[in-house]
Amino acid sequence: MLTCRAVWKKLAPLARASSTVCRQNVRRAGWNNARTPLFVPLAHMSTGPVGGGGDNLKYALLVGAAFVGGLTYAVITLKGDQERYLERMTEITSRKHKSASQIHTEPPASSFETKLEAAAAPDAETAAPSEAAEPPPDEPLAETSAEEAAAPLTDAGVEEAADSKPSLPSHAPYLLIGGGTASFAAARSIRARDPGAKVLIVTDEPDLPYMRPPLSKELWFSDDPSVTETLRFKQWNGKERSIYFQPPSFYIDAKELSSAENGGVAVLTGRKVVHMDVRGNKVKLDDDMEISYDKCLIATGGVPRNLQVIERAGEEVMKRTTVFRKIDDFKSLDKVSRDTQSITIIGGGFLGSELACALGRRSTESGLEVIQMFPEKGNMGKVLPEYLSNWTTEKVKKEGVKVIREAVVKSVSYKDDKLEIKLKDGRVVRTDHIVAAVGLEPNVDLAKSGGLEVDSDFGGYRVNAELQARSNIWVAGDAACFYDIRLGRRRVEHHDHAVVSGRLAGENMTGANKPYWHQSMFWSDLGPDVGYEAIGIVDSSLPTVGVFAKATAKDTPRAATEESGTGIRSESETEDTATSAVAPAAPAPVVEHRDEYGKGIIFYLREKVVVGIILWNVFNRMPIARKIIKDGEEHTDLNEVAKLFNIHED
Amino acid sequence: MSYCKQEGKDRIIFVTKEDHETPSNAELIADDPDDPYEDQGLILPNGEINWNCPCLGGMASGPCGSQFKEAFSCFHYSQEEVKGSECIEQFRTMQECMQRYPDLYPQEEDKENPRQAESGGAPAADGSALLSENDSSSVASPDSASAAVG
Repeated sequence: MLTCRAVWKKLAPLARASSTVCRQNVRRAGWNNARTPLFVPLAHMSTGPVGGGGDNLKYALLVGAAFVGGLTYAVITLKGDQERYLERMTEITSRKHKSASQIHTEPPASSFETKLEAAAAPDAETAAPSEAAEPPPDEPLAETSAEEAAAPLTDAGVEEAADSKPSLPSHAPYLLIGGGTASFAAARSIRARDPGAKVLIVTDEPDLPYMRPPLSKELWFSDDPSVTETLRFKQWNGKERSIYFQPPSFYIDAKELSSAENGGVAVLTGRKVVHMDVRGNKVKLDDDMEISYDKCLIATGGVPRNLQVIERAGEEVMKRTTVFRKIDDFKSLDKVSRDTQSITIIGGGFLGSELACALGRRSTESGLEVIQMFPEKGNMGKVLPEYLSNWTTEKVKKEGVKVIREAVVKSVSYKDDKLEIKLKDGRVVRTDHIVAAVGLEPNVDLAKSGGLEVDSDFGGYRVNAELQARSNIWVAGDAACFYDIRLGRRRVEHHDHAVVSGRLAGENMTGANKPYWHQSMFWSDLGPDVGYEAIGIVDSSLPTVGVFAKATAKDTPRAATEESGTGIRSESETEDTATSAVAPAAPAPVVEHRDEYGKGIIFYLREKVVVGIILWNVFNRMPIARKIIKDGEEHTDLNEVAKLFNIHED
Repeated sequence: MSYCKQEGKDRIIFVTKEDHETPSNAELIADDPDDPYEDQGLILPNGEINWNCPCLGGMASGPCGSQFKEAFSCFHYSQEEVKGSECIEQFRTMQECMQRYPDLYPQEEDKENPRQAESGGAPAADGSALLSENDSSSVASPDSASAAVG
């Protein structure tokens, strides 16, 4: 029916034109019995009178040919349209059938198919081949109507429908890949700025978003024996909290996300995003589920590195090796520390030193042997200037840790029920368990499928100063190699950076377009007594200037150490009488021996500009440090800059 | 008397209290309060509320976020003699919402919070660290925030 009408419509003008030409021809030729019907002139013409009609014949043939050509073209186009229409129909219905199959609800499916037919019919005429734009808007409409239709049926008692996959969202306006600190900060930022925002977090961990620093610090100092279950710790201000950012009631169920009136944050745990289709604005999970998005954040963090020698050493060694990052790693290391007699930590950076101190404190009660080995000359050798790194190493030793410096592992083997670690310089260490804290490999699994750039210097996804990788894809946290306007391109693996960059990404995802500007900080505690805060680029290969509070002759060294909280008490007693006799003007030899790095400020310089600052046992001064870095000025006398911190006051 | 030594590329200065008593002659650049890059406090330069301020904790982003925003906005723009006196309805709705999530909003806190937030004003400069370390300066954090809202 459709075909005929369309055909007639198309042919009507042609018919009129050809018929008028024919009539004209007929009049010219003077034929009285020329008939107007369509096909007759053709037939008539081809067999008609010849005499005097040579020109007319040519005309007639031309018109006839044009007419036939036009007719053929029209028929072909319409056939093509119909084919495309049917194709599209089957595609849409098959998609719906795939997702609706588990619901086993016939009536809603068919009623909703007719809805789709009605929606698709106008499409067919225009026959738009561009699929990309159409599926996303079609699908959510379709999904919600399917859900609504299905709802009464589930009430009627179709159990399978209730927890079937289809009711999980296939579209999320804001999709956050990764469920760590950066992702949570972004979710919070989006919700604050976009009222009613629907945020979906997809994480491959089984846990809701939590913070990592307590896993290597506060949780180990807790007196609560059930801390591995509760995961609660005491903050520096005495208040207790959980490592989870929010209790489960903060989040809404993923299945309710699409229909939630005021939006919310939903978390899909235990699912990994394996493929990213940037052109189609959708991702695929490891269970083949597809989720499309409007805006996407990649906050996949990283995977702890392991030593190649360990990975090649066989299963017995791997069984006795832990890499440390997640809650499960904390639980298993806690158990190991109670069941074994000797643990060796390989790595002298933040994580390694913090774990060493934490386990070292435990060793005083349990007799556990704690060994820490690393290739540098001292703990935090890549961060602190040498004199401070040496001081820190002494502090770590006092926490009960056997520190082996300048240790490069050559091989590890399992012998006589012990792990045997052979070092390149010949030393051998026998231990029960190894903790590898040798760095983090940023997770860039989606770079290939997503066509996203990876940075070759720092690793991680390369993003601009606004943390954007593509126009609707942002990256934050450990996995982001971003451009810092002040300090240049970098990648930062600290908790506060994850918070700051996550927040910024969330702001930019809701239209802010702000660059990374608020400099993030980090901190480290060596046991609960000594700590430092730092900001900016803190790399021990840079020249540094350290300004430390010097004890005057009035203060006894003991009082100074007690006031600043350092642990060099053993040295102070022997020095006591000597210092009180020495005049303040000539302190040089005495001060050197005592190594009074009680509290101070260390500036890291790049061409006379301060790019990093450590506040050594000086607290609540971070805003000043941040300001100095933000200014990016050359200062000739850093002692004058240090005055701004008032280190002598508490 | 300050004392100075050099260890390779690293310089170490020891200073006494007296050394640091004279005011610093280091120059800092004056801050532009309208700098668009800077993190803003609770109230933006145009007078609107910055819902993303760390000082609010998670109040504007949680399940009762929209109710909180309505109540606090009403309070903020209130011109009444007793500020917020016409906002009772919004605060009540907010409280009702919060009562449904007792582990997120422990019941000790009332309308106190928005009032404090308004008068507290200044954000913690290290507000970003508030997500993990709850400062006493954090406004929305009577016992609740540190325990749950964070």
